[in-house]
Order: sequence, then C-alpha cells, then structure tokens
Amino acid sequence: MTEQITFAALAVILVGSALAVVLSKNLFHAVLWLALALTGTAGIFLLLDAEFLAAVQLLLYAGGIITIVVFAIVVTERLIGERLTQTNMRIGGAALVSAVFLAFIVVVVGRHALPVSRPEMPGDLTRLIGEAVLTRYVLPFELLAVLMLAGMLGAIYFARPED
Amino acid sequence: MGLQPYLLLSATVFSIGLFGVMTRRNTIGILLGIELMMNAVNINLVAFSRYTAALSGMIFTVFTICITVTEAALGLAIVILLFRVRHTVMADHLDLLKG
Repeated sequence: MTEQITFAALAVILVGSALAVVLSKNLFHAVLWLALALTGTAGIFLLLDAEFLAAVQLLLYAGGIITIVVFAIVVTERLIGERLTQTNMRIGGAALVSAVFLAFIVVVVGRHALPVSRPEMPGDLTRLIGEAVLTRYVLPFELLAVLMLAGMLGAIYFARPED
Repeated sequence: MGLQPYLLLSATVFSIGLFGVMTRRNTIGILLGIELMMNAVNINLVAFSRYTAALSGMIFTVFTICITVTEAALGLAIVILLFRVRHTVMADHLDLLKG
C-alpha cells in the first residue's frame, strides 16, 4: 500500500514538473523544474530498489546537467528575456503528435500481459552492478570512460576563448 | 504493484519531452526536452530490469546516464559556440542550411 502511495506522489511530481519544463515561459524556471523532475526520477529508481542508480542520477543529472545548463543560459542570456516567445507556432500539431504517440504506447502496453510482482534479486543490487561492470561489462565500461574523456575534450575545444 | 504503472509513467514523461522538443524555439529548451525523453527511457530500463530480475537493464542505465551527460555537455558547448558565431540560440533563426 505504501508503495502505491509513494508511486502516485512521485508520478504527480514527475509529470507536473515535466509539464512545467516544456510549458514555462522563462527558460531558467524550466531548468529548475527539470531539476525537480530528475530528482523525482531518482525517487522512482529508489522505489525500484536501484539505490546506486538513484545516487548516480542525483550526482550526474541533477548535479551535473543542471549546472552546465544554467551556465549555458547565463552565457546566452541576452536573448531569453520574458518578452521573447519561447515556443514556436506549432503547438497544436506538436500536442497532437505527442498525444497520438502516448495513446499508441498506452494501447500497446495495455494489450500485453506484464509481470505484476517482482522476482527476488539474487543479492544486493549495488554489489551486483559493481561486479558486473568490472567483469562481464568491463570493455563497454572502459569504452565509456574513453567516450566521456573525448566528449569533455570536445566540449572544452568548442567553448574555448576566441583567439 | 505491477510493471504497467511504471511503463505508463515513463510513456507520459517521454511524450511531454517530445512535445517540448517540437515546440521550444530556444536550442537550450530543446536540449531540456531531450533530457526528459532520456529520463523516461531510463525509467523504462530500470523498471523492466527490476521486474525480470535481469541485471543488464540496470548496467545499461549506467551507460545511458553517462552518455546523456556527455551529450548534454557537448550540446551546450555547441550552443555556446553557435551563440558566439550567430548571436542567437533560437532554432528558427538558424536556417543557414535551408535551400
């Protein structure tokens, strides 16, 4: 019972803040709403027993992405005043496409038999993830490190001061 | 509680993100929509992984989170560079490739 209540509360927070992200007039407010949405997602991860992923979510997303987005907004600040419209002329069409997409997924999800109870995980999830990342998935893990290094170098190169 | 509510929640968040990507004029706003969509995908991955007791979904989530962060950092660097060159970050002003 507590699980249902927690899920409902998190779902309301998540959907509400997601709507605020796409609808708010001020881009800076949108980023703050995104921070709430990402924190709500961390709550969902906790509800799914994935404590490690919740921590990664908070550190990388809610910590990292929000900070760099705020930096980007400050740098490009001149053009995001409230008087400029933040949305284009295609709101109706976009709402239609999103609604059709959502309806499609709801129909597909409704037509399939899905598991209704959780199987027992073979042990502590954080430990399992750590072991898997350093044994079976060690090559993708190392490639990920290289990718992130390349990404960071690229970002620094793009944003370097003009010479 | 079953798997279904998690899938419906993630589909809702994904659709909202899709709406944001299609309607925002500011490129940073578009990136925010993409973050929402990625987030919905992560919820899906973790939920499926938990309800089938297959660990690979969670490992994959670690990878997608890291790749999304890299993508956001690079995307915002491109936005800053774009602002420096074109003095605008509005997507409908960036029509240099339009024939």
